[in-house]
Amino acid sequence: MLSKRIVICLDVRDGRTTKGIKFRNNVDVGDPVEMAKLYYEEGADEIVFYDITASSDRRDIMINVVNRVAQEIFIPFSVGGGIRTLDDMRQVLLAGAEKVSVNTAAVKNPKIIEEGARAFGSQCIVLGMDVKRVKKSQNIPSGYEIVVNGGRTYMGIDALWWAREAERLGAGEICLNSIDADGTRRGYEMTITPLISENVNIPVIASGGAGNIGHIYQVLTEGKADAALIASMVHYGTYTIKQIKEELYRKGVKVRLTW
Amino acid sequence: MLFLYSIMIAIIDYEAGNLASVERVVKKFGFDCKITQDSKEVLRADRVIFPGVGAAGKAMAELKRLGLDDALKEAFYIGKPILGICLGTQIILEESEEDNTKCLGLIKGVVKLFPSPLIAQDSQRLKVPHMGWNGVIFIKKHPIIEGVNPNSEFYFVHSYYPVPASEEYILGKTEYGIEFVSAIAYKNLVAFQFHLEKSGEPGLKIFRNFCQWSYRNAK
Repeated sequence: MLSKRIVICLDVRDGRTTKGIKFRNNVDVGDPVEMAKLYYEEGADEIVFYDITASSDRRDIMINVVNRVAQEIFIPFSVGGGIRTLDDMRQVLLAGAEKVSVNTAAVKNPKIIEEGARAFGSQCIVLGMDVKRVKKSQNIPSGYEIVVNGGRTYMGIDALWWAREAERLGAGEICLNSIDADGTRRGYEMTITPLISENVNIPVIASGGAGNIGHIYQVLTEGKADAALIASMVHYGTYTIKQIKEELYRKGVKVRLTW
Repeated sequence: MLFLYSIMIAIIDYEAGNLASVERVVKKFGFDCKITQDSKEVLRADRVIFPGVGAAGKAMAELKRLGLDDALKEAFYIGKPILGICLGTQIILEESEEDNTKCLGLIKGVVKLFPSPLIAQDSQRLKVPHMGWNGVIFIKKHPIIEGVNPNSEFYFVHSYYPVPASEEYILGKTEYGIEFVSAIAYKNLVAFQFHLEKSGEPGLKIFRNFCQWSYRNAK
């Protein structure tokens, strides 16, 4: 039986790890290569690097980080943030990432999903989507809208529609991030997560809002997520990955316990 | 210590995915390896790694174009240790449902698409591709899995799975809605449906075992 995955997210700015609260006031918590290695050894199932520098002139710094990470960890890891072109994808994948995550670029130019999937395979292409709760309407029947710019710009696109469209275009996985829940540590978004997960045939990683093990349990069971993304829960040493996994296992969730 | 392991391992490059991660692992252990498209080089190597991601049809076409299909068959028949990974593990069989592809036929059997809908024992609908960490029940002893904790899990990404024609080929099985063969061992050939290079320490262990495996000594 397939295990539910615990995915650790490292926000990286100028080659250093940070964790933001609602994308603002980023606090430096360390070196991404060292942190990735630590989490690899502690039993992370996957690691996501989110490059919040996201400016092309700083791209080399991130590629260097990816290269160094690939020498140290032997589990899948993905890179997101500022991926705009096939060439951006190629650089990150050649540096050793298993997957790339596209978000804003895919909203503005959905073809990038199709082209990326064709060039590198669907399994490499993760659609990152930031969603915000809005009033249900004809245009936004799910009541969740796609936003960009850290939640400041509403795109007029329904979240469920976009998830299915991305799957049709060839995305291999969805990382669903709730801007409302992100950084609050009050639990994952429990309405849109199961709605999307049950309506696509690709894995969904739930992101935003994890504050305790109960939240993770909730999103992996009634939330129907295939994986849970966490950051501050482990970055500040409040929990270890082992502790999280053992507790989930006790509650009946299938997780990987041997590494 | 490098000189102790001067064994040349050919990593077959048929434009089916990123081979750098496989190369990194082999080099990490200090083994001499080379990513190659040259069939002569494959036949000169002491052992062969046959990785790959992507679709079977395109992969077979590319192998044929490069003459690597015959090189792989020959490497198998003359007894070079061969390690198949992911798509490589499917292409060693006779044919695949993916693009209705005729494959190498190193061992008898076919490659099938996971049934749809795929339903788990607890009646949950399962997604395809089968993506993530899953266990493997190894049904026999083999030097390639020596030292691997039986509770280990491995990283899978695939929609098709191998169906070898004979029990004698089967090394391990995995459950995902159905039970399928996830590890194959036959003579000088070992092959795994999961990504050894992405499966943490247990995957590395198998890699290392392969790099040191002498088929002649293996029973």
